[in-house]
Amino acid sequence: MTTATATAPAQSHAGAPRRNLAGRIVDRLGSGVVQVVMILLGLFWLVPTLGLLVVSLRTTEVNNAEGWWTIFTKPAEITIANYADLLAGGFGASFWNTVAITVPTTILVIGIAAMAAYAFAWMEFPGRDLLFLVVVGLLIVPIQIALIPVAALYGQVGIFGSIPGVVLFHVAFGLPFAIFLLRNFFIGIPASLLEAARMDGAPEWRIFVSVVFPLGKPAIASLGIFQFLWVWNDMLIALVYANPANQPMTKYLQSQMRQFGTNMDILSSGAFLSLIIPLVLFFAFQRYFVQGMMAGSVK
Amino acid sequence: MAVTERLDGPQDPPVDDTGGPTSGPADTPRTRRRLGPSPTIAIVFLLPAALLLGIWVVYPIGYSIVRSMYDSTNQVFVGLENYGTIFSDAGTLKTIRNNLIWVIVAPIVVTTIGLIFAVLTERIKWATAFKLIVFMPMAVSLMAAGVIFRLVYDEDPDKGVANAIMTVVHDTFSSSQGYPEARAREGDQSPVAAQEDGSVVTKQPVESGQTVLIPIVGVKPEVMPADAQPAVAATGGDGLSGTVWFDFTPGGGGVNGQPDPTEKGLPGMTVEAVSDGEVAATATTAADGSFRFDGLPSGSYEVRLPQENFTAAYNGLTWLGPTLITPAIIGAFVWVWAGFAMVLIAAGLAAIPRDALEAARIDGATEWQVFRRITVPLLSPVLLVVFVTMIINTLKVFDLVFIIAPPSVQPEANVIALEMWRVAFGGGNNQGLGSALAVFLLILVLPFMIMNIRRFKRGES
Repeated sequence: MTTATATAPAQSHAGAPRRNLAGRIVDRLGSGVVQVVMILLGLFWLVPTLGLLVVSLRTTEVNNAEGWWTIFTKPAEITIANYADLLAGGFGASFWNTVAITVPTTILVIGIAAMAAYAFAWMEFPGRDLLFLVVVGLLIVPIQIALIPVAALYGQVGIFGSIPGVVLFHVAFGLPFAIFLLRNFFIGIPASLLEAARMDGAPEWRIFVSVVFPLGKPAIASLGIFQFLWVWNDMLIALVYANPANQPMTKYLQSQMRQFGTNMDILSSGAFLSLIIPLVLFFAFQRYFVQGMMAGSVK
Repeated sequence: MAVTERLDGPQDPPVDDTGGPTSGPADTPRTRRRLGPSPTIAIVFLLPAALLLGIWVVYPIGYSIVRSMYDSTNQVFVGLENYGTIFSDAGTLKTIRNNLIWVIVAPIVVTTIGLIFAVLTERIKWATAFKLIVFMPMAVSLMAAGVIFRLVYDEDPDKGVANAIMTVVHDTFSSSQGYPEARAREGDQSPVAAQEDGSVVTKQPVESGQTVLIPIVGVKPEVMPADAQPAVAATGGDGLSGTVWFDFTPGGGGVNGQPDPTEKGLPGMTVEAVSDGEVAATATTAADGSFRFDGLPSGSYEVRLPQENFTAAYNGLTWLGPTLITPAIIGAFVWVWAGFAMVLIAAGLAAIPRDALEAARIDGATEWQVFRRITVPLLSPVLLVVFVTMIINTLKVFDLVFIIAPPSVQPEANVIALEMWRVAFGGGNNQGLGSALAVFLLILVLPFMIMNIRRFKRGES
């Protein structure tokens, strides 16, 4: 997959067909229509988020009186009052809870999954293939199946409502995909590299830390960002396992949903703040992904 | 650089990745066995993952199955009774029906839109920007997407952009300003009379050059346009002209059937000049209620106010009401997932050999034939991956329904995953039934689990 997609742009330019005049005119007209359609579709995808941003930048009174699109004729109505109110309330704490849940989860998933993936990819042990099939099967297990049992377990151990409880649940359900992704990447590491290290008598943990982990960086980076986004954006697990003191932004905002109309100021600004970090990461890591894919496709 | 390269890697559903990097294990086992570490070390590397998966994922599956056979108190064994409840309770049956709608509609729509977008992005220069825009919702939490669409679907066309667009489009094609419950002044003195179909028609035929007065009563204050001007009796002249006005003087007084100084015109009324049952001309009243048919051939006409004038103004749809709630939420789901489908399918498209397409074009195949007979069949593995991923996602859909459906409408929009949470944690307090719903959900995704395993095995060998 990696190799195929990396060379794709070159292919798409290579086969530009020669056409007769009539064909070219038809193409030109068609492409004009396509341009317009695509601009409309792009707007269709952009406008809802833009609406959220504008609503978050206007007072509730203004929002109740007129549509957000009137902002284009009345730019003076922009205010950051909603954000000030939001941060003065309980939102700030929930933001830090989201960070406290997301960062450890991402690190733990990467570390634990990388170890297991290395074992699956480059170690011999009985039942390896069968165990890996189990991992493949677990990829799509719905988390609902674990909500009740783990709640009971947490109750007994005494971590129900706590951040570690939320983190561990996330880590466990992040593992199947993480192991799967990394194992498939690690298996592509040239055998000669590992054999050379083993021949030198390097212990396995050393090979893992200084050979496999660095070579796996592109896949680990991709995994990292997706794991981060999944946990950052989760609502269901937080809803069940995080008590109000430990709740992340999603649960905090959900608790404000009941009075949607009157809480529009908090909800719009909170929702926008909650999506700003994922968006920044998403755009920033685009570049990282390119490098990773390039590095991966040189083999 | 296409977004493709960056986006498809980790998003790629597992099954597709397995062919992955080239130097697979096939050529290595012999050497590996000789040099590899002992199984003990392998166990050390696997232990943390195995413990977590065992305690948080595998053991709960067994626990849930057992728990689903007990009642809410966990004291009484009830066998399959909880499952019986799922299929007999009207509320849960509705959630199953809703999930069925989701599974049938959403994957097809998402895959189709993804395919269309992927094909179209090949024809524009700003494909990267387009892909970024459409893919962006993937990075956003479903919670935030839910808030975004609560705003989009607001029923008030002055708040919700969906209804704002619909009313603009609607009003472009039919310009009536609605005056519900307004009616023509009755009585022998009145020049007009109401018809059975709800329209208002002049009693006497009118020649061009004449003027018509159409007195209307019963206009509700809240529908009276703010820009309405005092009514002025039309002065005749070329063509057929007249005035439609609210024949009511606040505080009493004034002459019925005549536009008095304080009485206001009714702007935005559609007026038709009818000759022999055919509409010869259409006009719309101005702010002072006046209208004029220009260039009307001479002859006698009936002047008619069609029934649409007396219905409420069009305000769009009740997206968040009981009828439309599921389609509306599916719309939000499509907004979220179309980018995923597009990026995956675009990667598949890029991998199709251009030669095959060109050869077909040179042989005289139309673009549609090329698309239908070559592109789509070659893409079918990717399309299947997208389709199956969407089925699994629709089965598990939770956040969007929970956030977008207002509490009063939620029973109508309910889905299995939400019902499971509601029953077990959100007030229902019946973990027996909750477990049964969770197991039911697991059974629903089981075929796809087996499919994944099969496909993985095939890819490995």
